[in-house]
Amino acid sequence: MTFSLKKSVAMLALSTTVSTAALAGDLVINFDDPNPGPKAGFEAAVEAFKKANPDVNVTVNINDREAHKTAIRNFLSADAPDITSWYPGNRMAPFVNAGLFEDVSDVWDANNFHEDLAAIKPTMTIDGKQWGVPYTYYQWGVYYRKDIFDKLNLAEPTNWDEFNAAAKTLMDAGVTPITIGTKYLWTAAGVFDYLNLRINGYEVHNDLTAGKIKYTDERIKNVFMTWKDMVDAGYFVDNHATMSWQEAIAPFANGDAAMYVMGNFSVDGYKNAGLTEDQIDYFQFPEITPGLARAEEAPADAFFIPSRAKNKEDARKFLAFIAQPDIQTEWNNTIGQLPINKNAQVGDSKFLKEGFETLSTASGLAQFYDRDAPAQMAKAGMEGFQEFMLDTSKMDAILERLDKVQDDVYN
Amino acid sequence: MATTDTGLGRTSRDTWLYRNRIKLAPWLFVAPALLFFAVYVIIPIFQSISISFYEWNGLYNAEGESTAEWVGLENYAKLLDDERFYVSLKNNVIWLVFYMLAVPIGLAIALFLNQTVTGIRLYKSLFFFPFVISQVVVGLIFGWFYNPDFGVIGSLWKAAFCEETINIVGNVTTKCSAPPPDILADENWATFAIIFAGLWPQIAYCMILYLTGLNNVSPDQIEAARLDGARGWRMLRHVILPQLAPATFLAIVVTVIGALRSFDMIAIMTRGGPFGSTNVLAYYMYETAISEYGDRYGYGSAIATVLFLIMLVYISYFLWRMYQDEKGR
Repeated sequence: MTFSLKKSVAMLALSTTVSTAALAGDLVINFDDPNPGPKAGFEAAVEAFKKANPDVNVTVNINDREAHKTAIRNFLSADAPDITSWYPGNRMAPFVNAGLFEDVSDVWDANNFHEDLAAIKPTMTIDGKQWGVPYTYYQWGVYYRKDIFDKLNLAEPTNWDEFNAAAKTLMDAGVTPITIGTKYLWTAAGVFDYLNLRINGYEVHNDLTAGKIKYTDERIKNVFMTWKDMVDAGYFVDNHATMSWQEAIAPFANGDAAMYVMGNFSVDGYKNAGLTEDQIDYFQFPEITPGLARAEEAPADAFFIPSRAKNKEDARKFLAFIAQPDIQTEWNNTIGQLPINKNAQVGDSKFLKEGFETLSTASGLAQFYDRDAPAQMAKAGMEGFQEFMLDTSKMDAILERLDKVQDDVYN
Repeated sequence: MATTDTGLGRTSRDTWLYRNRIKLAPWLFVAPALLFFAVYVIIPIFQSISISFYEWNGLYNAEGESTAEWVGLENYAKLLDDERFYVSLKNNVIWLVFYMLAVPIGLAIALFLNQTVTGIRLYKSLFFFPFVISQVVVGLIFGWFYNPDFGVIGSLWKAAFCEETINIVGNVTTKCSAPPPDILADENWATFAIIFAGLWPQIAYCMILYLTGLNNVSPDQIEAARLDGARGWRMLRHVILPQLAPATFLAIVVTVIGALRSFDMIAIMTRGGPFGSTNVLAYYMYETAISEYGDRYGYGSAIATVLFLIMLVYISYFLWRMYQDEKGR
């Protein structure tokens, strides 16, 4: 049997039109990470779902992350898939408020998610309803060069005095304490968030990102004063404003800098730069205000049902499916992150074990400055952080400008 | 075909269409271009202007209705009070002024290359080369050039002010008496650094315009001027330059437009940073309306409208000049 090229092209075109048409049992999913690990984890989960639901015909579209961020505004109202990946916290608020995301509280009710996914429930909730189901999250903290610490007889610092003492020892030995690359701005927000969480606590973080506290507030000023001490003392590497977070790994790998305030996804980068697991370790960002309840940064990724989805019934099945303990266990093993379902198993990398310990004992989980604050505020805030890190004497001017942006954004 | 009888006692020669065919033909050819120009340029301009009167995050609700909210001139009022907007406007002016250097430098190189020497074609190609490279690539290369860690500037600095030592884990590192300049992260220098990178291809463009112009300089007049004793500077000013006026005009037009629409180099080299200090209106508009942290379509449109008005002034002037020239002939 011979096929002409024309014929096979025609058949291909035909088969794609059939599969994108809205037949009952068709499920279209838009996912936003084509990197090998995340893609493999997602595809394995989809395969498992297909096996469990043989009558559902699943179509996946995997887009580049940045392209997805731009495209989602169009496809949610124009040609909605049945499920799309997106971020919780304030990042989902515009879509929820425009009525573009489906209320999925019923999925939470039916599957005991209120309890099993309790850690992340507040950030998935707007107006007392849940709008999506998360599949992964990861810890932030301080990654450090264990070999350098050992050489200088330094232990993991647990409070601010120990941290400053360690930084001083490092500087005396000619090592810059902290590496950072602020070219893409959000890395500086990680440092700011941690200082704020440790100095003022979780409530203040939430109130600030919700626009209830001014940037010139005494409490926020305290954060900047502490940060100023760090910058002025030379805790951070030079030239950070031209480096991306990946480029900032270079001084860390070379032994010129000893610590990195980062998320767990960076571990891969350290290993690619030639460091072995014995050379790197992790500690929780140290206590600053004694006795303050410890909150952590733990951004989550989630799936949502657009309200214009055609097959909401199967979409609900999929959301329920991806939060099952065994699915989350396998998925997060593949991508090297933490499952949210408390009955799932954590992978055996030492970073994941420590991360799970850190997050499961935390009093609150923050999403991250740029996900908790509205986009315009986040952009202005992070530019302010970068400017501040380059010239701490501009502190008051920056804080006043941020107040002005805040006035504009939140009313 | 054209002379067939229509059965009404008239031939098709008498139809309105046939009588006006000379007038209609050009419009027929221009029609497709006009259509596309209208759909992709003219109509969007008016759409942007109308969006600038709304507060809108770019979303349509589930029923497909826009979530925009009429705010009148509020976006423009906010612009007046926006530090970032003034920084962008100021940078646009800096771009306009310094980008103009491309015209005289292009002329100088063209005069220099307008000789008959063996291999001159090769030299001309080498000078023209940067214009062939995409702006994005130029931006990337210059980004590396300025890099304090591994760029040319950084390396020269290190050779002068740093010495190599072994750090605590036994790797080679450098200790500097002063850290190498981080040009793209310095708010005072970053814009100039980007303009400098942008000049590289723009000079090549102006050079080509002048080279073509020099080909058309009449040899008789040069001969005559020589007989009258004109040489060097006087020859250039009174004989050559006037004949190059059309090339100069074109060079200025493309350079002005190039400066006003500068976007790609900024996106590649600094993304408007550090802290927005290299923004120009075009990039600031992109940033507020459609980038990762931008969801203010109305505000972005207001910025776009301002940029459009600035461009309109220039372009109308140039169009008017061109029209006058054509008429004068």
